[in-house]
Amino acid sequence: MTTQILMPALSPTMTEGKLARWLKKVGEDVRAGDVIAEIETDKATMEVEAVDEGKLSQILVEEGTDGVAVNTPIAVLSVEGDAASEGEVANGKAAEPAAPAPVTAKQPAPEPLEDHKVVADKAAAAQAPAASTATAPERDWGPTKPTTVREALRDAMALEMRADDRVFLIGEEVAQYQGAYKISQGMLDEFGPRRIIDTPITEHGFTGMAVGAAMDGLRPIVEFMTFNFAMQAIDQIINSAAKTLYMSGGQMGCPIVFRGPNGAASRVAAQHSQDYASWYAHCPGLKVVAPWSAADAKGLLRSAIRDPNPVIVLENEILYGQTFECPTDEDFIVPIGKAKIERTGQHVTIVAYSVMVGVAMKAAETLAGQGIEAEVINLRSLRPLDTAAIVESVKKTSRLVTVEEGWPYAGIGAEIAMQVIEHCFDWLDAPPVRVHGLDVPLPYAANLEKLALPQPSWVVDAVKKIV
Amino acid sequence: MAQAAETRKRGKDPEIVQESESVQMPEAAHPGGTNQSMTREQLAKAYGDMLLIRRFEEKAGQLYGMGLIGGFCHLYIGQEAVVVGIQSALSDGDQVITSYRDHGHMLATGMEPRGVMAELTGRSGGYSKGKGGSMHMFSKEKRFFGGHGIVGAQVSLGTGLAMANWYRGSDRVCATYFGDGASSQGQVYESFNLAALMKLPCIYVIENNKYGMGTSVERATASHDLSINGAPWGIPGAKVDGMDVTAVKAAADVAVAHCRSGAGPYLMEIQTYRYRGHSMSDPAKYRTRDEVQKMRTERDCIEAARHTLEAAGMGEEEFKAIDVAVKARVQEAADFAQSSPEPDERELWTDILVEG
Repeated sequence: MTTQILMPALSPTMTEGKLARWLKKVGEDVRAGDVIAEIETDKATMEVEAVDEGKLSQILVEEGTDGVAVNTPIAVLSVEGDAASEGEVANGKAAEPAAPAPVTAKQPAPEPLEDHKVVADKAAAAQAPAASTATAPERDWGPTKPTTVREALRDAMALEMRADDRVFLIGEEVAQYQGAYKISQGMLDEFGPRRIIDTPITEHGFTGMAVGAAMDGLRPIVEFMTFNFAMQAIDQIINSAAKTLYMSGGQMGCPIVFRGPNGAASRVAAQHSQDYASWYAHCPGLKVVAPWSAADAKGLLRSAIRDPNPVIVLENEILYGQTFECPTDEDFIVPIGKAKIERTGQHVTIVAYSVMVGVAMKAAETLAGQGIEAEVINLRSLRPLDTAAIVESVKKTSRLVTVEEGWPYAGIGAEIAMQVIEHCFDWLDAPPVRVHGLDVPLPYAANLEKLALPQPSWVVDAVKKIV
Repeated sequence: MAQAAETRKRGKDPEIVQESESVQMPEAAHPGGTNQSMTREQLAKAYGDMLLIRRFEEKAGQLYGMGLIGGFCHLYIGQEAVVVGIQSALSDGDQVITSYRDHGHMLATGMEPRGVMAELTGRSGGYSKGKGGSMHMFSKEKRFFGGHGIVGAQVSLGTGLAMANWYRGSDRVCATYFGDGASSQGQVYESFNLAALMKLPCIYVIENNKYGMGTSVERATASHDLSINGAPWGIPGAKVDGMDVTAVKAAADVAVAHCRSGAGPYLMEIQTYRYRGHSMSDPAKYRTRDEVQKMRTERDCIEAARHTLEAAGMGEEEFKAIDVAVKARVQEAADFAQSSPEPDERELWTDILVEG
């Protein structure tokens, strides 16, 4: 029996190579692992090891040959119990090259998976807004009471932890200190140190640990003291938490919540003030929410904890102490992926998230005094984005202003404007306008900081440009 | 550290191994295979398990050469005794997690060779439906948690798997494998600290195969004894001859008992050697062919197990039977990996998020 030795692929990109040198002669014994030849690839000179044992009965490609395509037969090996071919070699007659091994024949031709446009259309279909969602009215949850965002977040975690023992809170200062921003106040007393877990200052480590625990079925809530510190752990968030479900073919998910304050606080300068919305919203495999009101905070965090996927909850330090009316219903929840129209109007659509919803609302009041009725959309979710709600509103107002605290380049506003262009370009009566934080690291000085962050007057000015 | 190196050279620790010119090589800790950690039956099984990994990897290398496997492919040839020895000390429900050099670990946990090979060829019959590839495979059923492509990430993740055991009050342990290269990553030490603080049942297994890609361990770390890298956190460590499966089993028994008792994490530095390049496209100019050949001829873990079994009276026929069975399984896997269809194009859009 003979086996053909084929020109091997020795790197992910190699299609052909030079057969530089034969290290075995015809008639020599070859053991598995022996170096039989040297091949020059596009990257380096590589040694080719034999896989099978036998005797080298024929060399089909002489050394020094350039441009040998991968999978070309380069030699013939007679394997054990093959007296006939050994005899032929001994007689000086080269054995006829055996028919290519069946495995070679089955090698799939590298065809393009699908026409580019077909794939693109499927992508668009997968992400297309469901027409019905925008029109579904926000559910009325009945009685409300004044609640701070801080209380709302704590209540959401406590409610979910009472309902599900798999849920726990982990982070820096969450237990004994009662939370760096007092979000977890009182939770150690109620749930004990097994479920409210203080960590050392070790974001990369405790994030990876929590992701691992989630892969085995627990439901961690990871509190980052701020999302600025999560950059130390972003590999675990993206590469481990967001991609594992896909890479495992759906076998292994990662039900986990990453939460904490995001964006500028007050006078804490560049390293403590970044808005990470577009960073996380960019990544498939994650959901991203950014609550504004206490009801958003409570309802979205409850959804996030129950969600079987990794969810980023971008809170805001300035909002923690603000009071909003929040439903008292025990079952109150806000679904991920649904924007909320905070104020209706027919002249312009203002889309905002997190603390910028408040800025947009103030601007809308000013504009109303000038006879311009703005519709303010509180996105609440950034991924998935409620494109349907935005499109429906823009079809009514024909004008779009986006408001974000983050930088403009490749930002959330850019994405919203593009969605509007793709879905209702013909309805637009003016180019969309972005209001955003200035494209600079946030300065410390009070006057400079104020100049860098969007103010209600910026929104008013932006609207007036296009109305 | 200099002192530690001196101590080693004087040979005070019988477990500690010696070096050739520049690279420390595992030498037989127990010449003649007198280690009693395995019965003859257990060793025969370990022999078969190691042989399965070896033949599987050789076949994978062959399929790679034929262009049937793409991208990166990191073979485990030479290191088989490590995972087989550790696995033989674990029990049902214990978790396993490792890096991208993961084929051997999957086979050792009992995952099917055909599913692993079909993943390597990117087919729908692969463990990840062809969407993960060589470096990213998982089995919930076998408690195998990957297959991770980012060097060192699995160390924190494995600490989390151990944390899940701690949280549930179960006595399961997690075997967290990483290489000498990964042992320089910061998150490894963050994990050691967390595991020691929380007394998590995590066995950290450093597979020291002497090279992180092309950088020898001597050039990569100022710590020349990786087994004591957990010492600042009070994590006990053992240095183990990874070319002797019975020695690995004996050391793993101690590690598992330690973790199961609730005493916290345990560190094993297992000295091993990979015969092949870091990946398929590694020209391996950082070491001599003689160095590789010396390890293959003098310290091969499969040959060593064979000698011990022969000495214990195992006959040629029994070896032949194992050989034939292994070859058949690998061939069946290779056939399946080529006949299984490529994933349906609709798979492009599935498993991004859990629905509902």
